[in-house]
Amino acid sequence: MSLLSIENLTVAYETERGPLQALDRVDLTIGAGEVVGLVGESGSGKSTLASAVLGILPRNVTSIRDGRIMFEGRDLLELPERTVRSSVRGQRITLVPQDPFGSLDPLFRIGAQFNDLMRWKSPGQEHGRARRALDRAAILRALADVQIPNPEAVLEKLPGELSGGQRQRVLIAMALLPEPRLIVADEPTTALDVTIQAQVLKLLLRLVRDRGVSVLFTTHDLGVASEICDRIVVMYAGQALEAAPTQVFFRAPQHPYSARLLGSLPKAGRLPAGIPGDMPALIDPPSGCRFRTRCDRASAICAGNIPTPIRLAGGHEVRCFHPIQRMAA
Amino acid sequence: MSLWRRLLRDRMAMIGLTIILGFVLIAIFAPLLANHADEIYDLAPMDRLQPPSADHWFGTDRVGGDIYSRLLFGTRITLATAVVGVGAAMLVGVPLGLLAAFSDGWVGASIMRASDIFLSIPQVVLAITIAQTLGPSIINVILALSVTFWPWFTRLVAAEARALRREIFVEACSALGANSARVLFLHVLPNLSSPLIVRTTLSMGYAILTAAALGFLGLGAQAPSPEWGRTIAESREFLPDAWWYATAPGLAIFLVVMGFNLLGDGLRDLLDPRLRRSQPRRRAVTVPQSAPIEVAAE
Amino acid sequence: MPRALAATGHRAGQFVVTLLGVVVIMFLVQAVVPADPAALLAGQSATPDQIAAIRTQYGLDQPIPIQFLHYIERLVTGDLGTSLFTARPVLNDLVERLPATMELAITAMVVSLAVGIPLGVVAATHRNSLLDHALRLVTVSGFAVASFWLAIMMQLLFVMRLGWLPLSGRIEGSAPPHFTGFYLLDSVIALDPGRLLSALLHLALPAATLAFPVTATIVRFTRAGMLDGLSRSSVRYLDAMGLPRHVIIWKYVLRGALTSVTTQIGLLSGALLGGSVVVEAIFDWPGLGYYVVNSVVMFDYNAILGATLWIAAVYIVINMLVDFGQALIDPRVSAR
Repeated sequence: MSLLSIENLTVAYETERGPLQALDRVDLTIGAGEVVGLVGESGSGKSTLASAVLGILPRNVTSIRDGRIMFEGRDLLELPERTVRSSVRGQRITLVPQDPFGSLDPLFRIGAQFNDLMRWKSPGQEHGRARRALDRAAILRALADVQIPNPEAVLEKLPGELSGGQRQRVLIAMALLPEPRLIVADEPTTALDVTIQAQVLKLLLRLVRDRGVSVLFTTHDLGVASEICDRIVVMYAGQALEAAPTQVFFRAPQHPYSARLLGSLPKAGRLPAGIPGDMPALIDPPSGCRFRTRCDRASAICAGNIPTPIRLAGGHEVRCFHPIQRMAA
Repeated sequence: MSLWRRLLRDRMAMIGLTIILGFVLIAIFAPLLANHADEIYDLAPMDRLQPPSADHWFGTDRVGGDIYSRLLFGTRITLATAVVGVGAAMLVGVPLGLLAAFSDGWVGASIMRASDIFLSIPQVVLAITIAQTLGPSIINVILALSVTFWPWFTRLVAAEARALRREIFVEACSALGANSARVLFLHVLPNLSSPLIVRTTLSMGYAILTAAALGFLGLGAQAPSPEWGRTIAESREFLPDAWWYATAPGLAIFLVVMGFNLLGDGLRDLLDPRLRRSQPRRRAVTVPQSAPIEVAAE
Repeated sequence: MPRALAATGHRAGQFVVTLLGVVVIMFLVQAVVPADPAALLAGQSATPDQIAAIRTQYGLDQPIPIQFLHYIERLVTGDLGTSLFTARPVLNDLVERLPATMELAITAMVVSLAVGIPLGVVAATHRNSLLDHALRLVTVSGFAVASFWLAIMMQLLFVMRLGWLPLSGRIEGSAPPHFTGFYLLDSVIALDPGRLLSALLHLALPAATLAFPVTATIVRFTRAGMLDGLSRSSVRYLDAMGLPRHVIIWKYVLRGALTSVTTQIGLLSGALLGGSVVVEAIFDWPGLGYYVVNSVVMFDYNAILGATLWIAAVYIVINMLVDFGQALIDPRVSAR
């Protein structure tokens, strides 16, 4: 029984120029303790999917056309907002956000923001002073876990006094404190220097492994995904095209888009190859498989219905009428 | 110009503009619009303090004058006072601001210090003190207005001009050998026009209110001038019975100031997006803020 | 600490320079304009001899720079001259009247903040709703209404037509025993509910009139600050982490919005001090503003000059306090 199971999720944003089809029949599962990487370019829908899991899609412009998000046996889309806000968000599912510079309110000290979090989301069962003491101990421990030196001093600081990497680690600590089952990490290292990136990623991986927490990790960087993810799901223009265990994905991708993605990585001995064309506009997207406009294997059938997933060995799924059948050597 | 078109679409600003134009027309055509035009300075004690009627639309005042007609003529005083007062303030304030921005020594500093000093006195108090020193008359009200308002323009112009001065293109012009006057007129002034227009429009409203307050206190035009502030002062002793006497001129003030404020707000939203306050930000394509997503370029 | 002291010293220096500048301006105006204060003082039906006598009496026959120096001399010793009207030192008159204006201005400010900030928050969180549009209409009106006219209209409605509130003055009957000069506080200290009620009733209309434009400004700035704050990524983060909406809005976003409001408080107190002039005149409120108006009518030149200086001084002090207050709300200010 998987922890998170997204089934057939279809989401559109209402815009002045018509509905923007952000997600189209997306399937995705995350098991307990699994780190799943959601890989895609800008506009591929990975942020929308992450927001959907957290339930923070802007209500007044979003319409969820179809699908379910099953988490711990309940459909998150069916639950009232109040329940999701109080018992799911920040408690069972937490966020490590993309922007370490803006996500912490610059006017409040770090300790104050932690206290607010724990006041509403602490996993502790006691009340009053006993719990506050436990919470404080937990906060200090969490800061130590993310390798922040001198935690007591840091609690008194304003976010502006910390570096980007430090702030991101604080945010990771905040994501872990409520003892969640699932962490949504929305491109958490994009805003950081490359050297800091590696550090933070390694740290995050170790922490989630130790605690058996699942992670939905969105990124546009395949290299990053290969470092910490157990499985990779490739998104393009709102569709989930392929899902595979990381090793398998890098060895033998089945979807033409995945192959092109890997081909665009720098590699010794050859020039990186781009993909000709542009991602289609999502206001009036191509029917069927949305990659067909740039795919050299596309045929008439690709414009019809979206292909049903082909299940290959080892948890490998691909949606394509013309998958690459090359098997790894 | 697309700027005009955008202004036309702003309903509030258009209402403001219409109101202002309406009052300007009233000021110009007062003799034609007033039904007792030639009598506004006459005494008609038999008719004093009459309530609104078919003959006297806003009733009569304490000497029997038709309030409606007097209001119409008072529009001239109101608008002229504000325009000349604010205009004089600009004439003094803008050059001082430019001077302050472009001269680096004690000249600039002392101009700014002087404007600080003027601004440290609450406007009405300063205006009252000056008007009182000079003696009660409309000219002196105008003088008081210009003395009170010039620092706003100086500060605005100095701040904007200083920022512009640091802009690369101005430095480039100087480096290429363009003389200061040329830089000033071709590059600096056009960029100042937007914030200046906004500030001027909004100042008109404040000027009218200040002038009315001065008139109310007896520091402006004297009897039998149909100045609005004075009319309200006159009306006090006849309340609550002659309610129309106080209500009409006050509503007139309210309307005309409202007009300038609405127009000024609209202009500000249009010309200076950094200060956008009265309107929510509109996005061209709905990119929902809480779910950052970049729509693919077409 | 030393940094704060240096800042205060700097401020004090500005204070002195500014007040000096005010005096300079007043004398300059007098020098530049061919008005004859002695003639104004003497009145329209005075003879040339009478005018000359007055001129000598007040030292107006001396050259302006000499008059200026004399004034500065006296100013340094705290002597603001003698009022023509009350025949008492101007300084005494002003000190006596300060509490009345302060009580009125502070009440108006408190009311404006208490009403304006929540309305601004609500307007921002219910953007484009009927309430928001109604509030916007009210705030635009707030800047367009002449306060003296509003005062008269309020009197017309609440006093003359409805009879709910008193017409003028600070209190019915005699004042409470003098502890602070603030009738509200003094009534409380003296445990006198009757006087407290009377003082409150008398305070209602003047404070409401004064508060009207100030409230409008506060609603505007709060709303704008809130709208800015609501679009920041910290709000997205707190929302995603499931913090209750009321905590996000009223604790986090409001704090950011308040910084833009507090920068306005300094300016707004200037508006209050200025507005109090006319409002006090209409409600016979015995404060600084009333004093200024009365002095104007009586051509009490010393009093006018003294009162202007005094009001400017009060204004500067308030701005200094506001600067200190800002550091409390935005810790980044003091951290610099």
